[in-house]
Amino acid sequence: MKQKYERPTIRKMNTGLMNKFGTRTDFDPVESIDGVAVKDLVAQYGSPVFVLSEKQIRRNYQAALRSFKTRYPKVQFAWSYKTNYLNAVCKVFHQEGSWAEVVSGFEYHKALGNGVAGHQIIFNGPDKKEADLILAIENHSLIHIDHFDELYLLIQITQRINKTAKVAIRVNFDTGVYPIWDRFGFNYENGQAWTAINKIAKADKMELVGLHCHIGTFMLSTAAYAVAAAKLCQLALKCKNELQNPLQYLDLGGGFPSTNTLKGAYLPGVDTVPSVEDFAEAISNTILEAGFDTDELPLLILESGRVLIDDAGYLIGSVLANKRLSDGRRATILDFGINILFTSNWYDHKISVAKESGQYTEETVLFGPLCMNIDVIRESIMLPLLERGDQVVVHKVGAYNMTQWMQFINMRPAVVLIDQQAKSHLIRKPENLTYLEMMEVVPDYLKI
Amino acid sequence: MKLKANIATSENGFIFNPATGDSFTSNGIAAEILTYMKAGESEAEIKQKILDRYEVELCQLERDWDDYMLQLKEANLLDL
Repeated sequence: MKQKYERPTIRKMNTGLMNKFGTRTDFDPVESIDGVAVKDLVAQYGSPVFVLSEKQIRRNYQAALRSFKTRYPKVQFAWSYKTNYLNAVCKVFHQEGSWAEVVSGFEYHKALGNGVAGHQIIFNGPDKKEADLILAIENHSLIHIDHFDELYLLIQITQRINKTAKVAIRVNFDTGVYPIWDRFGFNYENGQAWTAINKIAKADKMELVGLHCHIGTFMLSTAAYAVAAAKLCQLALKCKNELQNPLQYLDLGGGFPSTNTLKGAYLPGVDTVPSVEDFAEAISNTILEAGFDTDELPLLILESGRVLIDDAGYLIGSVLANKRLSDGRRATILDFGINILFTSNWYDHKISVAKESGQYTEETVLFGPLCMNIDVIRESIMLPLLERGDQVVVHKVGAYNMTQWMQFINMRPAVVLIDQQAKSHLIRKPENLTYLEMMEVVPDYLKI
Repeated sequence: MKLKANIATSENGFIFNPATGDSFTSNGIAAEILTYMKAGESEAEIKQKILDRYEVELCQLERDWDDYMLQLKEANLLDL
């Protein structure tokens, strides 16, 4: 019987100081996801294909909720639609009890379509169309005002339709993390936020029910959330004491990091990012100690997205070709690129092979299939020797890739959800030319 | 393609070039091919041995052979 083949390769040994941050190369193959074989997923849905684990989504949600509820009595999560607004995904979160947090008109309509009650939709973002605002007012949704123009527009609309809007303002402040995210909402330090609150209090048809902030994304500091919570609490207590307007909720937004590894980081994300428990501790303690009466503690709302879904998402792809670059480095071309793996711009994604392979590895550059020089998935990764047709699995891709992806050169692939009984379901079909051309119009004079 | 005469190799795939001081590791097949090359076997003979011993098609081996020779050349191990 013949022996298993592996292409011949050599690796230069370098001498020098040992890297104390060096980590083990991960050889372990990922042959299945939640009990479904990778090769079966590719056979059924093609390659590349995004795969989401319902089990992991629910596990993440329940763990995050538990982290907060064991520390603070009134907690509500609102699923951040922009992170992943595939309806199947949203429905899993809504089944778990999550409200919806939307930032555009179409996301708002998606939330309604997913059966979310109007009063459980949080409407964020700087671009809310007048028609969307009217709908949100009529549905008693929580409208988070981003700027004064929006505030004045809302005042006009509520007077015109003679209905009361339930609103909060978005507040930005210095939390010790720079640059400050001050493009959203009203600034705390310069008094703009308090001015906005006073204008709302004087408006006939506006009910100020909460305060909101979103201090950043992939935040690695829990202290910043403590500062943010403290400033929101001060503002809320001022509303109560000076305006006799106690607030129902404080919304700390999102921004908790997943365990992906940021480019340039010394250590893997799993070893460095704070856990949800750490954030919960910082936020809960701050609010509990802020000076609210026990029976007047505001509801704490969180709009976490990334941390709840990133590690529930995988991207399976295949090797198209191997080549050697001019400097001798190995390069592997995969059938997915930055057009569908947007997050490879800022993460060094963990990538595994999908079948048992030899222990010999080589440094490889991973390119996507696009005819673009920037289409690089990993500048350098140690991988077992890959051959054309071999499958790889990219980890922690559940957040943002399925909303920020773009159809460019290649179509967007299928998305599959594996349910809790290890059964796979197609939740978004792969795109085709008909879909692509559906919105195009050719003027008559150009038709032959 | 001929390996430089002064290149030292070991059975477990360690390669040392005394002229440059560079050392390399190699996987099993790479080490085996080096052994054949050092013994003076021709390219055709070596390829046939690999085809006889391993689960590989000729077209795959041809591709990998070219790449391997490029690696040896880049590593300054071939007598050109």
